[in-house]
Amino acid sequence: MLAKRIIPCLDIRDGRTVKGTNFVNLRDAGDPVELGRLYSEQGADELVFLDITASFEGRKTFTELVERIAANISIPFTVGGGIHELKDVERLLSAGADKVSVNSAAIKNPDLINQIALNFGSQVCVAAIDAKQMPEGWRCFLNGGRVPTDRMLFEWAHEAEDRGAGEILFTSMDHDGVKQGFANDALRKLSDELTIPIIASGGAGAKEHFRDTFIEGHADAALAASVFHFGEIPIPELKQYLCGLNIPIRI
Amino acid sequence: MIGALTRLGVTPLLTDNEEELRRADKVIFPGVGEASTTMEYLRAHGLDRIIKDLKQPVLGICLGQQLMCSHSEEGDADCLGIFDVPVLKFQPQKHQDKVPHMGWNTIETTGDGIFKGFSKPEFVYFVHSFYVPVCQWTAARTEYILPFTASLHKDNFYATQFHPEKSGPTGERILKNFLDI
Repeated sequence: MLAKRIIPCLDIRDGRTVKGTNFVNLRDAGDPVELGRLYSEQGADELVFLDITASFEGRKTFTELVERIAANISIPFTVGGGIHELKDVERLLSAGADKVSVNSAAIKNPDLINQIALNFGSQVCVAAIDAKQMPEGWRCFLNGGRVPTDRMLFEWAHEAEDRGAGEILFTSMDHDGVKQGFANDALRKLSDELTIPIIASGGAGAKEHFRDTFIEGHADAALAASVFHFGEIPIPELKQYLCGLNIPIRI
Repeated sequence: MIGALTRLGVTPLLTDNEEELRRADKVIFPGVGEASTTMEYLRAHGLDRIIKDLKQPVLGICLGQQLMCSHSEEGDADCLGIFDVPVLKFQPQKHQDKVPHMGWNTIETTGDGIFKGFSKPEFVYFVHSFYVPVCQWTAARTEYILPFTASLHKDNFYATQFHPEKSGPTGERILKNFLDI
């Protein structure tokens, strides 16, 4: 049976993980490869590495990091951040990434999704969407949630699917960092309307939140950062818990 | 793929050169791409004939497995025909049947060949929209929408629909078994 996926997300700046961790058994908690390998050993199903470096030099550092990740980690990983054009995608896939996630660049230039799908296949293209609930509905935002756009979540998600995205990574900005659970109503609507997998992001604070997003939110995968980095929810414990509820999980 | 093989202590050579392919101890035929354009590429470089004639153990992965079959519905492509079985497109039966089949799924294996030592269902990583039906050469099967082939074996030819190089320790066991044949 196809398993629901648990995906830790690592923010990277200048080749180092940004958020602190309290893993005492790591030689170097700032090394994304070390941390990624630890998560892989703990049973993470995939990893996401988000480059939040702005500079050109930093981008080169990130590409070198992607090569090290590919050489050392034996589960699939997605990279995102700083992808503006097909050339960036090509560079990261050549370095060994399995998938790329595109966010702001795809909203500004939706054809980027078509180009990625056409050149490398839908399976490598993750459309990441940051949205916030407004009086008029769920509105998409750019640049990590600072700039509102004229696109609404559901119509943009449909368009991304039609253009060839292989997955949707939906982050609710209302839920992100609050640790009160995922945006399950919006997730369920996305999952029920679209025919590609949906990754839930933003809001994980307890094991029950993962249960809810899989059962009520119909999510195919759940992504989280701080609850894993700070050891608040150990992945093996989370997976045992979900498995005990008969949710299909890889143990 | 190269990372996974390097971790297992072998030095892979990436090549489409006939001499190098014939001299290799083992040949891995991986692939992410589209069936008809890849077959055109193989024919243009004479690789279709070379791959079929190889005598050492050959492992096709993902699209590699599909291209070892007779025909693919992807781009209506005639393939290598090592396994006389067609490659079909998934037909979702209900909304939850999302295509591509993406993620970790369990396989049941014959327990020999590249699955030596496997006695219970194991999770491996899949990403694909086309599948090989269960047939006489099926060495591992899985189920998504319907039961289908996760791995094929005939003589010196081995193939997997899933990605052993992305399947954690289970995938490493499979690759190691292949290297040990």
